[in-house]
Amino acid sequence: MNHPAIVETISALGETTLIADPARIADLCRYLKDSEKFVRLGSVTAVDWYPAEPRFAVVYHLHSIERNQRLRVKCRLSGTDPEIDSVTGVWRSANWYEREVFDMFGIGFRNHPNLIRILMPLDWEGYPLRKDYPTHGYKYSYSGESTVTDR
Amino acid sequence: MKPPFDDHVSTFPAVQERPATPSAPRRMTLNMGPQHPSTHGVLRIVIELEGETIVRAEPDIGFLHTGIEKQCEAINWQQVVTLTDRVDYLANLSNNLVYALTVEKLLQLEIPPAAQWMRVMMAELSRLNSHLVWLGTHALDIGAMSMFFYCFREREDVLRLFEMFSGQRMMTSYIRIGGLALEPPRGWQNAVGKFIGGFPSKVDEYEELLDSNPIWKARTQGVGFISLEDMLDLGVTGPMIRAAGLPLDIRKTEPYSSYDKFDFKVATRTENDVYARYRVRLDEMRQSARIITQALEGMPNGPWQADAPHVVLPDREKMKTQMEALIYHFKIVTEGFRVPAGEVYQAIESPRGEIAYYIVSNGTARPYRVHMRTPSFGNLQALPALLEGTLIADSIASLGSMDFVLGDTDR
Repeated sequence: MNHPAIVETISALGETTLIADPARIADLCRYLKDSEKFVRLGSVTAVDWYPAEPRFAVVYHLHSIERNQRLRVKCRLSGTDPEIDSVTGVWRSANWYEREVFDMFGIGFRNHPNLIRILMPLDWEGYPLRKDYPTHGYKYSYSGESTVTDR
Repeated sequence: MKPPFDDHVSTFPAVQERPATPSAPRRMTLNMGPQHPSTHGVLRIVIELEGETIVRAEPDIGFLHTGIEKQCEAINWQQVVTLTDRVDYLANLSNNLVYALTVEKLLQLEIPPAAQWMRVMMAELSRLNSHLVWLGTHALDIGAMSMFFYCFREREDVLRLFEMFSGQRMMTSYIRIGGLALEPPRGWQNAVGKFIGGFPSKVDEYEELLDSNPIWKARTQGVGFISLEDMLDLGVTGPMIRAAGLPLDIRKTEPYSSYDKFDFKVATRTENDVYARYRVRLDEMRQSARIITQALEGMPNGPWQADAPHVVLPDREKMKTQMEALIYHFKIVTEGFRVPAGEVYQAIESPRGEIAYYIVSNGTARPYRVHMRTPSFGNLQALPALLEGTLIADSIASLGSMDFVLGDTDR
């Protein structure tokens, strides 16, 4: 695998990880699908490394049936205004996975056809899987106003 | 001339012609769910109809979202097992297994053969459980009501086995990190043998019952086509893709938990319709019965938990008599165990397709991130491609053939 967007290749625990340049992720994915036969996109997810910077890692898991091989592609994104190109143009299955990442982490995907929340209600505030979001959410006081605790 | 009526009667000319019918058929938007009985859970689909043809279908998910992935980050590694049960409540042992395998890969833990074989047997029993529920409810949706009773009769036997092993019918949490939760109960060979000995004839019975039913055939054959390219592009896995001729089965391609030591075939069909998916699942039940029989006959002797005192809870007797065991017991229960930092993506074949957990550890006693790549979420994304252009009357048969579980989708 040789593509200018690949910054680093890591092998650990029998799995291969490519660290990629987030600005050229769509280009890299197109190359991996067409030339390296990774026809399936297993999932797209993210990891929040708060308070480290770059804060987010967007993780793609690819699967090649022909080569019987799996591959992880990872892009590191800054915590302020995280945004990356959508890969829905390469694999249509990225659609819901990217919506889920947007819903849970607040990471934007440029050129996504329908970037709205998918699991949480549409009017939800905050991004639940961020590390600065509380596990035990909101505590309601009896005087009427709701206060956020444990944040 | 003024008509011979009173003034208050309207004198506007009445409609004398039949209104022209619109040339294009009217579009109608139909809301299905989230309480529709055929959606098998709380799935909402907004369907746009032109006459009886579906022109647009938009699935709306998230009604069953319980934040399991977030919960995982707040509890210890061994406590997560109970949450994995609740993701896919029809294949809970597959979820236990994939979680255990992922963490064991991070820990680089060696699992004794007896535990591996027992895991295979339990995973296959849970495949039977899931396929039986699917067959019963799917046939019920299409109108073959009696199938439901037969399938649930056998499913009850499977659940009794689960109860015998783990004390729980559904939320078993039987497969734990490092092995099994409990020693297999006395007499389990007889119980499993008795069930599995009679099971293949029951599958023949279902097949005969449904295949001799012309309504079943008419409603399933040639219905619910989706091309293989679309399925690969949209992330569909499991019996759906095998019914289109692609023998994609992780048990064969990337064997885990000593599946490579078992002799079984990957069930495939070529028709790529609802009927083919039904046949694939029937064949899979037969193959699962074969695997369970092999596991039963060739079950290795030996321990059912790994020799890793820092991960596996000690034997109760040892805990009461040995200082060392008591210390480990106390440490595991109070602080949990640490898992070396790293990340692992482990996929296995659940009854619905590829289930994979992506787990990131930062070296503490709690998972840093647990991502569940669930098959229902992946498969459900193909719903618009499956439904659009087909008749509304076929939609229940088509979407039932996907066999999704909404708990698995929404997590």
